[in-house]
Amino acid sequence: MAARVEIREGDFDLAAEVAALRQGDGGVGAVVAFVGTVRDRNDGSAVASLELEHYPGMTEAAIEAMVDEATRRFEIRAVRVVHRVGVLAPLAQIVLVAVTAAHRSQAFQACEFLMDYLKTQAPFWKKEAGPDGVRWVDARVADDAALARWGIAAGNAADAR
Amino acid sequence: MNVAVRYFAAVREALGSGEDVEVGAGATVASVRDALVARGGRHAEALGRARVLRSARNRVLCAEDALLADGDEVGFFPPLTGG
Repeated sequence: MAARVEIREGDFDLAAEVAALRQGDGGVGAVVAFVGTVRDRNDGSAVASLELEHYPGMTEAAIEAMVDEATRRFEIRAVRVVHRVGVLAPLAQIVLVAVTAAHRSQAFQACEFLMDYLKTQAPFWKKEAGPDGVRWVDARVADDAALARWGIAAGNAADAR
Repeated sequence: MNVAVRYFAAVREALGSGEDVEVGAGATVASVRDALVARGGRHAEALGRARVLRSARNRVLCAEDALLADGDEVGFFPPLTGG
């Protein structure tokens, strides 16, 4: 069985990931998969490429802890998170969060919970290259608010602007 | 005691990937940051209080009042922007 959490440079195959996640599990009645991708514009500027940096060791451990928390909160059966790092072009896939459950509601909620959690609590940093050079992407207060809906104070972007 | 400081993203670009720092007993993440800022120059620029930074102790996000022990790893970095 594949690890629950993987940080890697290479792309992922959504169909293969989902097939592996639910393989042989007759208790699964719902699969929800979120795929985040690179936009070609951000904050009104063209994006030529996106570079993702992470904190090796910490990133994996942080996401594993998030998966544990999701498993406590929701009736889910299996989780797979793949997050890419390195240089990515527009349209590239960045992140996969896939969840299986007996019923859809728990799978939808767990998937959204994990993405909201990951956005503000997993150590990744995005740097965009565009027509005016490169710039580090700012954290968004809206991402903190998304996590707050689950009763967790993010404190990531809160005093950043 | 000795702590291993690691930098990421814009802080890494300014200061490199990290450095070992000698600190006194009772040191916190905040006191390590202040000691580095006191060096002036690039450290003061990258780690000064005008910069909003997040921190980790032994690879877990922490508040800056976290107490440190000998051999701890401390990370300083900008707010997180993954996903």
